[in-house]
Amino acid sequence: MTHDILLAGFGGQGILFAGKILAYSGLMDNKEVSWLPSYGPEMRGGTCNCSVCISDNEVASPLVNEPEILIAMNTPSLEKFVNSVKAGGTIVVDSTMVDATVERTDVNTYYIPATQLATDNDLPGGANIILLGKVFKETGIVSAETFKKAIEKVVPAKKAALAANNLKAVQIGMDYNG
Amino acid sequence: MERNLMKGNEALAEAAIRAGCKCFFGYPITPQTEISAYLAKRFKQAGGVFLQAESEIAAINMVLGAASTGVRAMTSSSSPGISLKSEGISYIAGSDLPCVIINVQRGGPGLGGIQPSQADYWQATKALGHGDFHLLVFAPNSVQEMVDTVTKAFDLADEYRMPAMILADGLLGQMMEPVTFPEVTAKEIEKPWAANGHGNKREHNIINSLFLQPDVLEKSVKDRFERYAEIKEKHSDAELYMTEDAEVVVTAYGATARVAKAAVNMAREQGIKAGLIRPITLWPFPVKQINEGAKNAHTIICAEMSMGQMVDDIKLAVNCSKPVEFFGRTGGVIPKPSEILDEIKKYGGAK
Amino acid sequence: MAVVFERPKSFADIPLHYCPGCTHGIIHRLVCEVIDEMGIEGDTIGVCPVGCSVMAYDYFTCDMIEAAHGRAPAVATGVKRTNPDKFVFTYQGDGDLAAIGTAETVHAATRGENIVVIFVNNTTYGMTGGQMAPTTLPGQVTQTTPFGRDPKLMGYPVRVCEMLATLTGTALAQRVAVDTVPHIREAKKAIRKAFENQRDKKGFSIVEVLSTCPTNWGLSPVDALKRLNDEMIPYYPLGVYKDGNAFPETEKEAE
Repeated sequence: MTHDILLAGFGGQGILFAGKILAYSGLMDNKEVSWLPSYGPEMRGGTCNCSVCISDNEVASPLVNEPEILIAMNTPSLEKFVNSVKAGGTIVVDSTMVDATVERTDVNTYYIPATQLATDNDLPGGANIILLGKVFKETGIVSAETFKKAIEKVVPAKKAALAANNLKAVQIGMDYNG
Repeated sequence: MERNLMKGNEALAEAAIRAGCKCFFGYPITPQTEISAYLAKRFKQAGGVFLQAESEIAAINMVLGAASTGVRAMTSSSSPGISLKSEGISYIAGSDLPCVIINVQRGGPGLGGIQPSQADYWQATKALGHGDFHLLVFAPNSVQEMVDTVTKAFDLADEYRMPAMILADGLLGQMMEPVTFPEVTAKEIEKPWAANGHGNKREHNIINSLFLQPDVLEKSVKDRFERYAEIKEKHSDAELYMTEDAEVVVTAYGATARVAKAAVNMAREQGIKAGLIRPITLWPFPVKQINEGAKNAHTIICAEMSMGQMVDDIKLAVNCSKPVEFFGRTGGVIPKPSEILDEIKKYGGAK
Repeated sequence: MAVVFERPKSFADIPLHYCPGCTHGIIHRLVCEVIDEMGIEGDTIGVCPVGCSVMAYDYFTCDMIEAAHGRAPAVATGVKRTNPDKFVFTYQGDGDLAAIGTAETVHAATRGENIVVIFVNNTTYGMTGGQMAPTTLPGQVTQTTPFGRDPKLMGYPVRVCEMLATLTGTALAQRVAVDTVPHIREAKKAIRKAFENQRDKKGFSIVEVLSTCPTNWGLSPVDALKRLNDEMIPYYPLGVYKDGNAFPETEKEAE
């Protein structure tokens, strides 16, 4: 089983960090993982993306060209990658930042006002993790327990408040029904 | 052993310290700067010398100086910087000094771009500087293999008194993968030739690449080529993946081999007998392994992030006994698995 | 019977390849005398240039390294940084140090690299047959300035000591000459001071030695020494351009 995930948005939205947490979650589950920051011809115009592969087997190509899961945090990213998502795949959109909708009917699309929810819950910069929560709930690729372990691994112990914020954010994403 | 996620560049730097590297001399250039940044910090704790040189030329000559005294020395750069180092690398080879040089390749020629590339294959394997010489050239394809290769590069460089290069690329340098650091015991290799002060206990050592008598120079070069012959015999390396019954084999190294493996997996799912030959050493070139891997193939596809710099070596390896087709992207464009799959299909049907 | 003159122990007992009247031999000897007097032959590593003194590695009996053209200060940096307790010196000519190796020279100095640089200035590329060097005097005829060096076309000579004396990392910048006995005695003192600076971790020390090239100048050895005195010294005044400590705080720590 292999999950190919693409996270895309503007630089500064925490795309790379969310990707890193995702990759660490795979690591906590003893999977093979890879994390590749935007480093191809697609890097332009201040957009930022990140390929994450989580697999039971060796990861062949770390570059996700046809994601099974797309997290889109701005309109250009959604427009750019919407047609590359595999049929039957999942798209999670930050609807605070994206005003477009997905017309494809062969994918499962979820809209979640992650940036607004982050502001409402006093979690600045937490939209990326809220979106991850939504992905976890809808796809089951990572459990809440695994995510917690990943956060503990990545966030240093002395920044406990930061870890708590991330756990709160992921819960908001998992609980959101819209 | 604990698995951690690390960027290729940082993992490589950490592995170098564990392999007994005592000094690093470098100059900033994308996409390898993490190596310098990591070592600038880590050498402080681990005990070692980090120095940012005024140029690539100075950096490689600092490596020459340190290596002359017998310590394990390393430098790293990316393509345009390696061109500048070529003078020093020739002197290092001509002085029979061991060292490790990292090239995290980017697109060229000229200033080129900063995206991943494999367009320095010719430079690394054929023409890194003037004169009759070779470097050991390793082409890892994962973060873990970057780690494992560093130790091997230092050990073989010391054993054969020659420079070793790790030919990586921007993709391998920038990506994170799980990595473990095996307990390394750096090989203790005696260096009686080192110029580190004779302490009035021996004759003076001279580290030198100048031999004005043609017959003396010829002998020194020929001696070196005898060592090269032994290296070719003992240390060429390649991974063969699903080649046993493969009718079409893809040859690819480094990051391209990752993409090619995905393509081979896709082809197999479609019932096409495809395989992958992945050279791990580019010099010495794994001729035996290529022939073994291609024995049942009617077509070889050489996939690269260049305009086909490895193609001739593959043709020579199989003695032009079967067609070697080329597929590549260059300038920093990373091929897609689907593109290589299309190539496999194109040749997979025809016999 | 008292010995009044002998070959320094660290000066190999083999014939030198230098032309008759060349002053490299004197300068080699001064370096070797200092090494012997300080008793540091076993702890010294020398770095040779490309130029006439390219084969000096045969003449110094300490460990020696032959560097690429102009790169000796970088090579010496690599040696010294990994062997901070050893003595490291480079021996370089004017083309090597002040043309192709300018960047290496300036940056080794500004880093306060704790090495000794012996800089032999004879205003020409000797080994390749007498072409214009960065230190060739205005009007001087060489193979590549057949009508004399014209500053309007070829620019002006580099005054190395004056330039390096402006850098904080330079501990000692001194210009000496080997045309007369008093000058030779002065030169030896400067070289000794440079090595003592290294021992005391004071930073980068350069001793520029005005030297001759009778062959390429087309002069007899005696006339060549006269030219050094009459033409070179006025353009390249002898003296101490800087004498200090690049790292005074280290000295305080030691106390």
